[in-house]
Amino acid sequence: MTNELDYLSRRVAAGKLSRRDFLGRAAALGVSATMANSLLSSAVRAAGPVKGGTLKAGLQGGESTNSLDPATFLSQVPFAFGKCWGETLVELAPGGGVEYLIAEEIGASDDAKTWTMKIRKGVQFHNGKEVTPDDVVATLKRHSDEKSKSGALGVLKSIDTIKADGGNVVVTLKDPNADLPYLMADYHLIIQPNGGVDKPDAGIGTGPYKVTANQPGVKHGGERFANYWQPDKYGHADQVEIVVVNDPTARMAALQGGQVNMINRVEPKIVDLVKRLPGVTIRAASGRGFYPFNMFCDTAPFDNNDLRMALKLAMDREEMLTKILRGYGSVGNDMPVNKAYPLFSDDFEQRKFDPEKAAALYKKSGHSGSILLRTSDVAFPGAVDAAQLYQQSCAKAGIKIEIKREPGDGYWTEVWNKQPFSLSYWGGRPTQDQMYSTAYLSTADWNDTRFKRPDFDKMVLAARGELDEAKRKKIYRDMGEMMRDEGGLIVPFFNQFVDATGKGVEGWVDNPAQELSNGHALIQCWLQA
Amino acid sequence: MSSPILRLVAQRILLGIVLLLAVSVLIFAGTQILPGDVAQAILGQAATPEALANLREQLGLNDPAWLRYLHWLGGILHGDFGTAQSSGLDIASSISTRLKNTLFLAACAAIVAVPLAVILGLIAVRYRNGFVDKLISGLALASTSFPEFFIGYVLIFVFAVHWQIFPSISTVDESTPFLERLQAVVLPATALTLVVLAHMMRMTRAAILNVMQSAYIETAELKGLKPFDIIRKHAFPNAIAPVVNVVMLNLAYLIVGVVVVEVIFVYPGMGQYLVDHVAKRDVPVVQAVGLIFAAVYITLNIVADIAAIVANPRLRHPK
Repeated sequence: MTNELDYLSRRVAAGKLSRRDFLGRAAALGVSATMANSLLSSAVRAAGPVKGGTLKAGLQGGESTNSLDPATFLSQVPFAFGKCWGETLVELAPGGGVEYLIAEEIGASDDAKTWTMKIRKGVQFHNGKEVTPDDVVATLKRHSDEKSKSGALGVLKSIDTIKADGGNVVVTLKDPNADLPYLMADYHLIIQPNGGVDKPDAGIGTGPYKVTANQPGVKHGGERFANYWQPDKYGHADQVEIVVVNDPTARMAALQGGQVNMINRVEPKIVDLVKRLPGVTIRAASGRGFYPFNMFCDTAPFDNNDLRMALKLAMDREEMLTKILRGYGSVGNDMPVNKAYPLFSDDFEQRKFDPEKAAALYKKSGHSGSILLRTSDVAFPGAVDAAQLYQQSCAKAGIKIEIKREPGDGYWTEVWNKQPFSLSYWGGRPTQDQMYSTAYLSTADWNDTRFKRPDFDKMVLAARGELDEAKRKKIYRDMGEMMRDEGGLIVPFFNQFVDATGKGVEGWVDNPAQELSNGHALIQCWLQA
Repeated sequence: MSSPILRLVAQRILLGIVLLLAVSVLIFAGTQILPGDVAQAILGQAATPEALANLREQLGLNDPAWLRYLHWLGGILHGDFGTAQSSGLDIASSISTRLKNTLFLAACAAIVAVPLAVILGLIAVRYRNGFVDKLISGLALASTSFPEFFIGYVLIFVFAVHWQIFPSISTVDESTPFLERLQAVVLPATALTLVVLAHMMRMTRAAILNVMQSAYIETAELKGLKPFDIIRKHAFPNAIAPVVNVVMLNLAYLIVGVVVVEVIFVYPGMGQYLVDHVAKRDVPVVQAVGLIFAAVYITLNIVADIAAIVANPRLRHPK
């Protein structure tokens, strides 16, 4: 029977049998439709991509204020469109580690301070020019300029010098950093001719699609670049198009009506309904993003670790996960990293809801009266509900929480990182070092829990310069432990990226780095007739 | 045309210009008291102090408010709205495409909605207090009472998802041919029609009913004219002024108030453009769009006033 099915599914993949016929014959062989479908998609993947057609995405996160200058990228649409027309030195591979694009290989000196990146030969820009190490140097320099407005400025701060050396680019760092290759995967760092200095928003890169339409906040389009260097891997559709659809219901309707082939940000509350629609496939990938409740460790009453621990123990994570994310996520453990990160030890004890212990610790802390928690719709989808659930679970431990609902306008300026107890989100970073350096070093601008511990800072730096993986993993484990037991963040859950594809979209790969398969969905998927 | 009418019209237009200036000051003051600043809003959560300081300087946010206001007003008098602070694009050219789209959608909706509302109003008066009147009023009020997004979703569900005869995404651009453009706006224009219909219809009905109490209508009835002719020839011309007022208000709404419909149908009009730039504290764009919206309102109101003046025989034929 298995042979028969294999044979049939190969025939479908080769276009010699229709999908409907296949399902019919599979049913005759006593195979359930779900099973048959999954057999089919693996066969289709094995048969290889189909070229041609127009792949369309309806995405949330585009504004009429967007620009093609990669330094300004912030929301989802420029991010995803950037992956169509541009390429970075390396990319985050779906299984962790890096995938080499414009850099062919990257090597470090023993002290992890000098890095040599070999630039791939024969990669062409859309204007016909070949990528040279000088272009790479100019790009990195533009983004690391103090005057630049680049979103990658923080990532590149540790760079001391950037030089071209024959076919290589050599970067020296102020301090050792074993994670440099990951830093180069930042989505702002699209390699542009002469670094994009002359015209940052020209939209000329080395990606599989040339920019043909750029109407910020409305739509973006590209057509296949004939001289793309790895045509077997990326760029299967003849054209790609992104339509900005900010309304979730309209997005779903466009997918159902067949006007687009894929959408991002399916609301968790409708996922179960959408799953049953014919032709629609939900693509959920667990990621590194999480939704924290931030407490300032240096501000009363949160400067008392007993109180912080009481508030952590009063969080019912399981309930939060089922009610706010409808299960599309995983419970958090009060640290900003999870098993989607490389070098993560998964032997931490899971923190559980324990109202008795929370009540005891709360009493011990000596605090009385209510605690003000600030929230807003913009903190994350469902943030107001999450605050209310938390209020209820805290009440079970005898802790009184007062909720203040702040306006979405100005939440990131007036509340987040300004007020001592508030809800927020983090999209996660490719490595543990980046996550900890961005938000938990004493000196970090975005230290949104005011976690200032010299001993922790030392561990971050030690891990960063350590090329021995086993030792690094051990340090990261200790850091996680410290965050979990003494830090200022309560993490109810890590979220998943929930995207959806319509009929005939194949070639999807789950990637924990970002939504839409780290923005690669349009370039790596194809349309199966 | 005699001088009293000309004088009245000139007065209205002057008043409109003064109003527009006052509005520009209000808009400017309003944008100043928004929380946060442009630089912070552009960079969002990704703002570092260095990047913020650089961007503030580059955008000229350190100048005093009144100076920025005068610069801006001077530019507008030369037809220059400046460049958007957030994207660096020329505002005048970005707005012109969007304004055309908005006007096209508004025109499509108005071409259907206005005659339909007036005719339905006339029919309602003809069969007043009967079944037809109640049916028309009931349906129109119901469609107005539903929120726009609900009507939009219902239309999408029925016509785009279930029957798949019209697109749910109405994205158009300059290269879209006219017929495709028409097809794209069918659903949003229908939604808008349903939203504005009742107001105009009810006003037409009320205004005509008011006139129907007059003695000359009774005379017409006694002359033996058909009921519909009485309404068409005698009642309606005398009820035009209030009807035009309501029609103009609704036209203004169709141009400035359709952001919800634009978002649902992904139509690239002025509303979404304004909202995006408000969120980014892009003061020049917000002011430009605000001013255009104010100009639309004021112009349409002047038209309504003038229509009322011209429709009034006592002003047309002074002694």
